[in-house]
Amino acid sequence: MRHLANTWFAEKLGDHGVYTQYLEDHHPAHMPCLEIRILDWEQAAKTARLLDMRLVAVWATEGGCHEQDEGMYAYMAYAHPEHRHAMVRTLLGKTKREISSIAKHYIAASRMERHMQDMFGITVTNTPDQRRWLKHEHWPEDAHPLLRSFAHDTRMEKACGEYPYLHSGSEGVYEIPVGPVHAGIIEPGQFRFLAVGEQILNMETRFGFVHKGIEKAMKGRTAEQGIKLAGRTSGDSTVGHAWAFAQACEYAANTDVPARASYLRGILCERERMANHIGDVGAICNDAAFAFMLVQMHRLREDMARLHADIFGHRLLMDAIVVGGVAVDPDAEACRALLEQTRTIAAEVEHLRTIYADNPSIQERVIGSGPVSIDDAKDIGLLGYVGRASGNYPDERIEEAYPPYDNLDVNVAQGKLGDVSTRVWVRFEEIADSARMIIHLLENLPKGDIQADWQAPEAGISGFSAIESWRGEIACWLRFGEAGAIDRYFVRDPSAINWLGLELAVREVPVPDFPLNNKSFNCSYSGNDI
Amino acid sequence: MIRILRQLTKIGSITEPLAEANNEIEQLGKQLDPVIRKRFAGSLAIRAVDAGSCNGCELEIHAANNAYYDIERFGIHFTASPRFADMLLVTGPVARNMETALKMTFDAMPQPALVVAMGDCAANCGVFGKDNYAIAGAVSDIIPVDVIIHGCPPTPTDIIQGILQAIGK
Repeated sequence: MRHLANTWFAEKLGDHGVYTQYLEDHHPAHMPCLEIRILDWEQAAKTARLLDMRLVAVWATEGGCHEQDEGMYAYMAYAHPEHRHAMVRTLLGKTKREISSIAKHYIAASRMERHMQDMFGITVTNTPDQRRWLKHEHWPEDAHPLLRSFAHDTRMEKACGEYPYLHSGSEGVYEIPVGPVHAGIIEPGQFRFLAVGEQILNMETRFGFVHKGIEKAMKGRTAEQGIKLAGRTSGDSTVGHAWAFAQACEYAANTDVPARASYLRGILCERERMANHIGDVGAICNDAAFAFMLVQMHRLREDMARLHADIFGHRLLMDAIVVGGVAVDPDAEACRALLEQTRTIAAEVEHLRTIYADNPSIQERVIGSGPVSIDDAKDIGLLGYVGRASGNYPDERIEEAYPPYDNLDVNVAQGKLGDVSTRVWVRFEEIADSARMIIHLLENLPKGDIQADWQAPEAGISGFSAIESWRGEIACWLRFGEAGAIDRYFVRDPSAINWLGLELAVREVPVPDFPLNNKSFNCSYSGNDI
Repeated sequence: MIRILRQLTKIGSITEPLAEANNEIEQLGKQLDPVIRKRFAGSLAIRAVDAGSCNGCELEIHAANNAYYDIERFGIHFTASPRFADMLLVTGPVARNMETALKMTFDAMPQPALVVAMGDCAANCGVFGKDNYAIAGAVSDIIPVDVIIHGCPPTPTDIIQGILQAIGK
């Protein structure tokens, strides 16, 4: 074990009268899982809030091999900048599957609780929002796909119903429904605007359109098969999702990844970060009719994609990470090409940045548009560049410092104003910092294997990981079943939290500025809908 | 402004001169051009619909629009409305929650409409699997498909090739 057991949260919970029991079959020890009594559930959330912890996720699962098989468990995970991650879980009543909501302590929990209601039929009490979430109105009431009794290939009957959107009775307020099929080449989702004149009064998002049953589809796959699916949770963050999945498996099985492999993973992840930020900056500018930046930035993105195809065999880096290491070992020449291109692109981006900064017509649009205050950002727990633009700076590369970041200094851009302009600024800063890290990793790339021998752990063992993908923290929890097959996979894409930030940001923003704000957040629909 | 102009002149036109780097594109372009001119009066309008993709396919459609591939030079452009689209480009396995929206988009198009199913998921549900409660089926299970483009995701060249095939039919 590289890390000592993390007892901080257990002690603090004890101080607040919550009795905890450390679970032996959960790994890693520095991100422990604590069992609590169901009546302490809300108290635990309240305590975490008092301790200034950030809510990572809330999810549920049916009991595994080491547990009572009919049992249903609810989990929640928290993170503290200095005291890392900790999970608590509780056993729900056998006949009354009910749990009290923690949404009054953490607003971001609400949608995750609705997900739990939809998927497991758990009743969440005292919740501010009882509506269904991913389970659309045409699903039968009694369909709860993540229950064991629900066959994965069930063909559900069509039911009828209507989703109760938020309406306004006020005179002069009109509604603009947008989606699920949007005007551009983007993913589907529904936006409901309540507007007065040109200004947005409220924007409500409704998702689930690209729900693909990933959690259920993972059940029964081995880790080697599963990582392909995990890497397609959200295509633009394929490296992040595959890494989170691989690391959760490796923690569960106590497998150490060779140093060369973790350096290469770092390079892949930072390249993905650069490529996505570059593409997004171009697209944000394009939404304000500054097409020059789009064309220039997408040229750079294409250069990166082509080199990725040459070296790693995939333009978007899919399937480059495998359980135990990485799939491809670049030779010296490939490393030189990566190094050279990273330098060139970083320099080109810096040059384009000066043009962007000096252009009054784009600055006029981005400065002050869609601000999210520091308090709100902390309340919601905004992640990644969205959080960093608004004074909330969680970064797993620093907090968890998993390899290779344990040997690297990460400079986190610290924005405060939280508007579109700051979000773009954070992205420019991250492009430069990622380039610096890629160069450092390539120059110090250790020799050796790129894969560790993979052996699945015994049934009932669970693992948890938190990886800083380009969009922010991806949290992944999984439990193994018999014969190395995965029994339960849970993943929380940063979008599941950051969408709330967008809803808040666009209040009082003119409707035509919505695309600009939306692109500056660029949350994933697929990652949210899993 | 002067710096924008300077950057533009410095980079110049990078759209792959149809003979270089990627031979495939050239051939495709040459074949595509007369067909589009003849059948679609120099303009083929495509409505792209994500019916459940992981967004990898969308990234590659965007790439087909970048300066290297510049699909617009052949008169192909993406449109915001299905009402005046000639072709429907569908990505992803059809998620159960998108089934109705996809059918409605198809029905909103003037007929006859071409349908291209793009990517392994659109072709056969890919890694997500047909035996999945959340997946209504591959695109051809929901609406009639003219051409299937394989790949996870298909490259921009594959996309251009697939579109050509559909038009040539």
